[in-house]
Amino acid sequence: MCSRYPIELVGLALLLLAGCNKGALPALPAEQPDRQGVIDSALAPGMGHTLVTVDPRAAAYYDNADAVNTGKRLFGQYNCSGCHSNGGGGMGPSLMDGAWIYGGRLEQIHQTLVEGRPNGMPTWGGKIPDQQLWQLSAYVRSMSLPETLAAQNGPTPSQSPAPVPRAADADTGWSAPTDTTNDYGTTTTGPE
Amino acid sequence: MRALFIMIPFAVGSLAAVAQKIPDPVPANEVFTREEIGRALAAPTPEAGHTAASLANAPADDGQWTMPSKNYASTRFSALTELTPANVRGLVPIFTFSLAVNKGQEAAPIVADNTMYVVTAYPNYVYALDLTKPGAPLKWKFAPGPALASQGLACCDVVNRGGTVSHGKYIFDTLDGQVIALDIHTGKALWRVRLGNINKGETMTMAPLVANGRVYVGNSGGEMGVHGWITALDESSGKLAWKAYDTGPDRDVLIGAEFKPFYPSDRGVDLGVKTWPPQAWQIGGGATWGWITYDPELNAIYQGVGNPGPWNALQRPGDNKWTAGIFARDPASGMALWYYQYNPHDEHDYDGVNEQVLLDMPFGGKMRKVLIHPDRNGFLYVIDRNSGELLSADPFGPVNSAKGVDLKTGRLIVNPAKATKLGEVTRNICPTASGAKDWNPMSFSPQTGLLYIPHENMCMDWMSMQVNYIEGTPYVGAEVHMKPGPGGHRGELTAWDPVRRQPVWAVKENFPLWSATVATAGDLVFYGTMDGWFKAVHARTGELLWRFKVDSGIISQPISYRGPDGHQYIAVLSGVGGWSGAVVSGPVDPRDGSAALGMINVMSDLPKYTTAGGTLYVFSLSH
Repeated sequence: MCSRYPIELVGLALLLLAGCNKGALPALPAEQPDRQGVIDSALAPGMGHTLVTVDPRAAAYYDNADAVNTGKRLFGQYNCSGCHSNGGGGMGPSLMDGAWIYGGRLEQIHQTLVEGRPNGMPTWGGKIPDQQLWQLSAYVRSMSLPETLAAQNGPTPSQSPAPVPRAADADTGWSAPTDTTNDYGTTTTGPE
Repeated sequence: MRALFIMIPFAVGSLAAVAQKIPDPVPANEVFTREEIGRALAAPTPEAGHTAASLANAPADDGQWTMPSKNYASTRFSALTELTPANVRGLVPIFTFSLAVNKGQEAAPIVADNTMYVVTAYPNYVYALDLTKPGAPLKWKFAPGPALASQGLACCDVVNRGGTVSHGKYIFDTLDGQVIALDIHTGKALWRVRLGNINKGETMTMAPLVANGRVYVGNSGGEMGVHGWITALDESSGKLAWKAYDTGPDRDVLIGAEFKPFYPSDRGVDLGVKTWPPQAWQIGGGATWGWITYDPELNAIYQGVGNPGPWNALQRPGDNKWTAGIFARDPASGMALWYYQYNPHDEHDYDGVNEQVLLDMPFGGKMRKVLIHPDRNGFLYVIDRNSGELLSADPFGPVNSAKGVDLKTGRLIVNPAKATKLGEVTRNICPTASGAKDWNPMSFSPQTGLLYIPHENMCMDWMSMQVNYIEGTPYVGAEVHMKPGPGGHRGELTAWDPVRRQPVWAVKENFPLWSATVATAGDLVFYGTMDGWFKAVHARTGELLWRFKVDSGIISQPISYRGPDGHQYIAVLSGVGGWSGAVVSGPVDPRDGSAALGMINVMSDLPKYTTAGGTLYVFSLSH
């Protein structure tokens, strides 16, 4: 299974594909400076694989405990918690369930904060300092990390946010550590 | 900045969402008894007369159901007698209709001229169904196209509480703040006006009151720091007749010489400013999102006003007028006649928007014109609707946040032990933020003299936090975790005798009751549960007589009408959601007890019992 391959370089991405996608290797687009913005879609017509955007500004917010803790504070101060609660959602969607409508990479979360989203997410670009938007992105990404969920004590999650490991976004096929109690997929059983 | 593209396989799994354990119920000895905190100006005098709505407020039943509350008195009583405790077991579904919206459906189906009209949750589709033909085929559908972004401003699911048919029009509002009048024959808009501004956090979810040639509506957004208001529109054109704010200076609130509040605490100049810190009234909530009632006899409308904002009460010292109370207003001018505040300086999100049932009732040895209001704070208020004088206030659910109402001053006696604090959790506050009862209205049967109150049995832990006002975002400042009330059952249907001031019977329900009730002259009461049972109970005993499992939980307003064939029908919408059902209808994770304003803590097991849906069900005996 695909897991925990760090991808810092394009060459490593090739290795990963070789290990996961049994089909033919696609041609590698090393850089596409003509493409603007951050890619949200997993569909890349005409390609044999998915494209993602790497924004070099994101790098500083990985493995950064200060970023997630500051992000947690800002999450309350900017009323993000008013809609998303402590990650469980309410007026806005849950952020702790690992489901990402507009992508869960730091670049993608940051873009969502900057641009807003059509179903009720306000636009914050130009209103909140960009560094804080990255810190918020790191905290939001942290909410669904197994390490953060494992630290939950009582009914209020995301109070001890784990730093976002660089590996988390290096490979979107990244999976939970083996010792986590959290599992992929959801099962709901009926009443007893 | 350069963007670098690399390719990697895309395979994101979602972590299992394991429901939390439902917290232990609050012990029974932590709430007050009815005897301890219930008060009245006089002892019951049932011999002094028969309780009923006046003919002006509740005309003889024509078998239609043209407004959500059935009549101006808001009795939700059907005089149809075909269905009885003896035959109700034969009730079967006659037709169903998918609403194509799987969000919380809170509306009442409306029946006029053998056509049924239904408005859905966002995107607020309106359907007209022809009841004269088999299967009730669609006559028309109207899609108003509200702004997508309005979904992100609805505190408690993207609900709509129904429209009204009047003078050939179906009148309703949309989540993004429009009021629309449709031609009932063609489904074309005759007029539409935009009243709410989503960039200020304003939405609209209430059922408009149409009366006296006017449409009375208000805004939602008490959790967004809106400046609450009510407006009257001309029914034929949609033109603004008047607009009154619920906080601010007297001229904006439409307080003038006619204003004669019963209690001295409501008298004074610009109390809507002076009972707030500087400028706080401008973002102080007081939305009008619930029920407005019209009394043609006394020529008044009664307007419930929502909670003050933010929830963190420490940011708004003062009584925060005119929030969490009720205005009587002149329907023509909007000028205030009287006001009563259920919750001065509300600390627990106890909105004053629940329904008012207008009755003529014996009290103190003579007949009084009263309005009866079951408040979020757990007290059932009986108020003289002429003067605004409080006659009695009795708890109908678990209460420890107050020790009763002072009948001399009219003021709620707040229990300091359940005050909310900054950064410190106050535990086991009863009732919970959504109240001993939320918006879903009770019914009244003049045959039994009883009110059928669908309500909650829930409490909460509350911690206040400093919150910044950012326009268009939530302005709450509280972390809440709800829990079951004494006994552990989360809902209850209580048959209440308003004259004797006591319950006659009660049915316990596992989940909070979020549907209205309808009482019928066959001595039946219908209501729905959040786990999807639609039930008929005996109006005199509460005995369960019939039930039917629908596709999704029920949080709407059932009705009863006479069909084109002369037979009695019962109609209801399924579709769980709303504040209490967000864990099913919304993108909410059950592991966060604080989610959906603390509701998830007490509702995380709902996904075991029901799934999202949205269907109209119509029942009758098999003919």
